[in-house]
Amino acid sequence: MVASNTNPKSKRIVIQPVTRVEGHGKVTILLDENNKVKQARLHIVEFRGFERFIQGRPFWEMPVVVQRLCGICPVSHHLCAAKAIDQIVGGENLTPPAEKLRRLMHYGQTFQSHSLHFFHLASPDLLFGFNADPSIRNIIGVAAEYPELAKQGILMRKFGQEVIKATSGKKIHGTGAIPGGMNKNLSIHERDELLKDIDQMVQWSHGALNIAKNYTLEHMDTALEFGTFESNHMSIIREDGAMDLYNGGLRAIDKDGNKIFDHVDNQKYTDIIAEEVKNWSYMKFPFIKSIGTENGWYRVGPLSRVNTCDFIDTPEAEAARIEFKDITGGKPNHLTLAYHWARMIEVLHSIEKIKELLHDPDLQGKDLVTKGDRRDEGIGVIEAPRGTLFHHYKVNKDDQVTMCNLIVSTTSNNEAMNRAVQKVAEDHLSGQPEITEGMLNHVEVATRAYDPCLSCATHDMAQMPLKVTLLNVDGQVIDERIKQ
Amino acid sequence: MPGKITLEIDGVQIEADQGQYLIDAADNAGVYIPRLCHKPGLEPYGSCRLCTVVVNGRHCSACTTPVANNMVVENATENLQDFRKMIVEMLFVEGNHFCMFCEKSGNCELQGIAYRLGITAPQFPYLWTKKEVDASHPDILIDHNRCILCARCVRTSKDLDGKHVFDFTERGDKKKISVNSSARLAGTDVDITDQALDSCPVGALLRKREGYQVPVGQRLYDLKPIGTNIESPSTDNDKK
Repeated sequence: MVASNTNPKSKRIVIQPVTRVEGHGKVTILLDENNKVKQARLHIVEFRGFERFIQGRPFWEMPVVVQRLCGICPVSHHLCAAKAIDQIVGGENLTPPAEKLRRLMHYGQTFQSHSLHFFHLASPDLLFGFNADPSIRNIIGVAAEYPELAKQGILMRKFGQEVIKATSGKKIHGTGAIPGGMNKNLSIHERDELLKDIDQMVQWSHGALNIAKNYTLEHMDTALEFGTFESNHMSIIREDGAMDLYNGGLRAIDKDGNKIFDHVDNQKYTDIIAEEVKNWSYMKFPFIKSIGTENGWYRVGPLSRVNTCDFIDTPEAEAARIEFKDITGGKPNHLTLAYHWARMIEVLHSIEKIKELLHDPDLQGKDLVTKGDRRDEGIGVIEAPRGTLFHHYKVNKDDQVTMCNLIVSTTSNNEAMNRAVQKVAEDHLSGQPEITEGMLNHVEVATRAYDPCLSCATHDMAQMPLKVTLLNVDGQVIDERIKQ
Repeated sequence: MPGKITLEIDGVQIEADQGQYLIDAADNAGVYIPRLCHKPGLEPYGSCRLCTVVVNGRHCSACTTPVANNMVVENATENLQDFRKMIVEMLFVEGNHFCMFCEKSGNCELQGIAYRLGITAPQFPYLWTKKEVDASHPDILIDHNRCILCARCVRTSKDLDGKHVFDFTERGDKKKISVNSSARLAGTDVDITDQALDSCPVGALLRKREGYQVPVGQRLYDLKPIGTNIESPSTDNDKK
């Protein structure tokens, strides 16, 4: 796609779609007459409209219908909507079996989603290099060159999906979480089937963590400059400061690690976070109200969670976190490429949590649903694999949804991804007379580090062409490349 | 004691009682004839035409045709199955049926028949008609998007509940279920214990706040296709 030039002396490069990310997006890079980057932007070109078309639907449908936003991490939306709807039915204080079953589903989800991203989407860049031949730099290339690693990636994702199926009824788009609890427990048979593979999964998680860690350490010169910038970070946090992916108060830190806010009741998120709309993207730009739109943007996701938490409550992931923090002397880590390392720390944490939960007899409990006083508003907040996720609903007296606000994780990383794209474009494209595929892939690698979920899967280059056009100052096409 | 007669369905001899309707005789013999508007306990209605069979060379609905001695009936032929598929596909495109999040999914007769007939996608264009949800009653909801106009609620409310809460209004493609109150469902005397609520084959007439309570894998048609209860009455489905 070629965008029109408003300034006759500038030219515009368009990368569409960005590949090996979840969903459809494009990057535009505006060059001046000397081929210097003036502006680079990541555009989300999809319009989903869920906030509007669920209006009028009965509230108990929300956990099942809104998860259809995504096929990669629907569990995050399923559980976040369920947490909001719990409040509508007065059932937010779940029974222990129900909360543990939901946590098990969520850790299974984090485990599979992170594994998918690391092995299928990111590993080709890390194993073959950003400039490698694109016919090799993909999951098929990984399978040919590193068959054992590719097999591990597939089986790790499969294991996470089996956890989801055991708790929600289906691997994708299940119905396990219902208002005030769960509709099923974990049978002994289901538990034992999962336990058969658990130790293998722990071992492979260590292997994946080592790949991500060693890559970062061995390429520290690259990592220090590649799409890197200082920022605020935000996540939910457990009362004692531990990383908690399912529940907690909101914590934000600044670039030096100072707390901007801490343990904020997530029901009051509108007091501390607002969203800005820009006319060139369907994705909003959230910011911390007390700082404002200019500097109040923040990052979320694995890097932010490892930065914000005081500790991780599983031993092997905690050891990995300490090692990670040592690199920056305990200060927040701002390296965009370090997202991969942080993500694999969370893979290890998730599998440790799954193992712990599978040995908990509460999962075979039968007290699965609780209800209380009916309310007309509910807010759910959860740490999705890609970061903090908000679901906010209002319902009328007839039980129909009248308002829905969703702040998805990728939205919170919007400003950060744009900055990463801008920085990489400046560092690797500025002043270049010719576009190379490798140059463009650098821009995509920066976006990919955030594992953006732009909606559904579009990580197959064979089906989705990447078209880049270079125009001269008169708007004439001087170079064009299409990746099939 | 009615007299016994014999007839043939798809080349198989079965025994039936004099005065029985063909669909009931087939049920008793373990032969499934697809149906949507027919429900045991209600008078024959013959509106959905899904149970259309060929009797002695003539098309007729099995739910309204009494059995006769030496009848020769065609049921599961390719032609008739294609005909049934077309009816089901028209129902899907006329309403707004989103099985992927419908709380009746897995327990829905329309969905069950579509699966049984091997329908993967309708061949007709969707009409996307704007339809209402009547959620005015505190405990009961009508989602007109999913209504297939089978009249099972109409007949059950009138004949079994003794109330006549539901009936049809309008005609043609505007035909819809209405209730006997200008104040919508909230103004009627429908009650959560009414049998009419259990008569709906799809997710149009529902008890509120009960959706999704049965886990995937344990729903009516998750493991065995619709009609299995008739073909193999010893299964878990035989009560339905």
